[in-house]
Amino acid sequence: MREADLREECVKVIRPESGWRIADFRELREYRDLFFFLVWRDVKVLYAQTILGFAWAILNPLTQIVIFTIVFGRLARISTDGIPYVLFSSVAVIPWTYMSESMIISSQSLITGQAMLDKIYFPRLIFPLTGVLSKMVDFGISLIILLCIGVYYRITPTWNLLLLPLFIVFMMCIPAAVGIWLSSLAVRFRDVKFAIQFAVRMLIYTAPIVYSAQSIPGAYRIIYSLNPLVGVIEGFRACLLGLSVPWPYIWPGMITTAFLLVTGALYFKRMERIFVDVI
Amino acid sequence: MVSDDSAIIVKNISKCYRIGSKENIHDSIGGAMIDFLKSPFKNYRKYRSLYRFDEAERLSSSGDTNQPSDIIWAVHDVSFGIKQGEVVGIIGRNGAGKSTLLKILCRITSPTRGYARLRGRVSSLLEVGTGFHPELTGRDNVYLNGTILGMRKKEVDRKFDEIVSFSGVEKFIDTPVKRYSSGMKVRLAFSVAAHLEPEILVVDEVLAVGDADFQKKCLNKMHDVGRRGRTVLFVSHNMQAITRLCERAILLDEGKVLKDGPSHQVVSVYLNSGYGTMAIREWPDPDKAPCGEIARLCAVRVRNEDGVITDALDIRRHVKVEMEYEVFRPGSILLPNFHFYNEDGLEVFVIVDLDPAWRRRKRPKGTYLSTALIPGNFLSEGTLFVRANLCTLAPQTIQFDVPSAVAFQVIDSLDGDSARGDFAGWFPGVVRPLVEWSTRFRQNGESANDIV
Repeated sequence: MREADLREECVKVIRPESGWRIADFRELREYRDLFFFLVWRDVKVLYAQTILGFAWAILNPLTQIVIFTIVFGRLARISTDGIPYVLFSSVAVIPWTYMSESMIISSQSLITGQAMLDKIYFPRLIFPLTGVLSKMVDFGISLIILLCIGVYYRITPTWNLLLLPLFIVFMMCIPAAVGIWLSSLAVRFRDVKFAIQFAVRMLIYTAPIVYSAQSIPGAYRIIYSLNPLVGVIEGFRACLLGLSVPWPYIWPGMITTAFLLVTGALYFKRMERIFVDVI
Repeated sequence: MVSDDSAIIVKNISKCYRIGSKENIHDSIGGAMIDFLKSPFKNYRKYRSLYRFDEAERLSSSGDTNQPSDIIWAVHDVSFGIKQGEVVGIIGRNGAGKSTLLKILCRITSPTRGYARLRGRVSSLLEVGTGFHPELTGRDNVYLNGTILGMRKKEVDRKFDEIVSFSGVEKFIDTPVKRYSSGMKVRLAFSVAAHLEPEILVVDEVLAVGDADFQKKCLNKMHDVGRRGRTVLFVSHNMQAITRLCERAILLDEGKVLKDGPSHQVVSVYLNSGYGTMAIREWPDPDKAPCGEIARLCAVRVRNEDGVITDALDIRRHVKVEMEYEVFRPGSILLPNFHFYNEDGLEVFVIVDLDPAWRRRKRPKGTYLSTALIPGNFLSEGTLFVRANLCTLAPQTIQFDVPSAVAFQVIDSLDGDSARGDFAGWFPGVVRPLVEWSTRFRQNGESANDIV
């Protein structure tokens, strides 16, 4: 009897798709086991057969922090509102490393996963989203750096820390949105692969990672803040260092991200049916 | 025929593709440069056109049969219904649209037109070992592959031991898969797939991998799946597997359904009307024919007992394999011979022309037709590939040697008077001779002298 019930509820209709839909959330839930396993596979494989293993997750941001401190902190003496440069840059470099790496992986996800795309059906949205989750492991590990630096500078936790989860979610939404958009474009235009690497190198300067956001003239503040990276970095800085949260720098970015996420999902769903034919 | 509780309903499914067109060739640098400058726009339009078929659809629905030259319909107006529990084979030449149809039914690609409805959980096996990652262990890959194929984690947990023992790699289950031999990988991958319990199973020629022993295991497992009331859709070139497993078959040709009916009939149509493997190969052009210093091959043909050229031979009846060749330099003793290979690549036997009319006789110029008569009830079921060879004796030289010149299928229609008798299961053996048996019987209690 149970089997018959199961049969009744799984009726799939196939017809040429048209129109705009965001995403089939029920289907995504149905495939959550697969989603988990794909993320787990990416994580496990990344450092397989390496000696240092997950220590690499620390090495990358750590070297960036050191270089920034020497170049921008000592040599160029960029003002950082009185915060020691090491602290200033590390709370920004950690989320930036996560965002840049997951954006790159996510945008190539459909192409690297071609073999599966061609032979198996599962919700295609899983492809770009896998990169967003698997890089969180690296992010988690690199938080150790923040912990050590925080202890060294004797930063006391404030109530702002409660807002950190919000900013972490915000931080994850950016590579999700960018990844969804770029992966569907990358299927047709291989230029995306080169464009994203180029863009990432430029984007690091559009967010207040090496410099302080106060240096931006007031007139341009809104336009500057439309870049969601600004919102994430400022939010992280405020939460972890106990400063007041500069909401005017944050909410424009949240709107942009929400917009990109929704339009990205719509475009992805519409293009989904031709991925296999065009890749 | 198509009722509401059918497992699969397919109505007028069509899919077209745009194939690449020749690049413009320039004869001036100016033209080439301008084209290069224009190319970002042209490339964009070209990529966009890959999935826009508006003009093709408009023409097609208005009944105009002239299509733009770069559009091909991989699947065209295919309709059929499959009831729950039916095991159906899909056959056709390469390029007939079988794999595309399966991809549409598995939702990997979407149809250009039409409608399909599948009732029940669908598991598709279009390739064995999809998602296998070499760095992960066998255990990890079983979970990964299982969830990729649609199982829940709990289900994989439940069946894990069974899967591992079916594959035979228990000892190595915790080693990274990159250390496995290719045979082990295939066995593990198929083992996961074999333990799926979907309502609808869609299989595409995966049985083309693995050794004969394993293939036997897989076929039996699929047979079980069919017997337990699941609906199975099976695409294969192996006619033997199709007739054994499927009650019904659908023949596709150039994207359209050519025949839909009992599998023996449909396989017959496929083999007899010149589709599929070739029972005849001819070389009308002397310059292109296989040739040596003394003779040249003109044709190789397979005929049944009645002389009809056919791919499908009845296992009980004689098979005639003939070689037509032209001798242009007289004075040699020739030895026509055929080698027969089965589906596993094993050389089953070799026959040599010992026709007393020409044996040890020096051949004059002319065209010869040498026919070999292979007795019925000797060959085994399956496909046989024929290699045609002609050599001279003293000195021993090869005039021509054509591997896989022709091929044919030996089919047992299970009427009871072939060598398998009443046995309907898997009948092994590279040959299947029908031999005479005699039995002596003594009832218990009688003395030895009373044996009948």
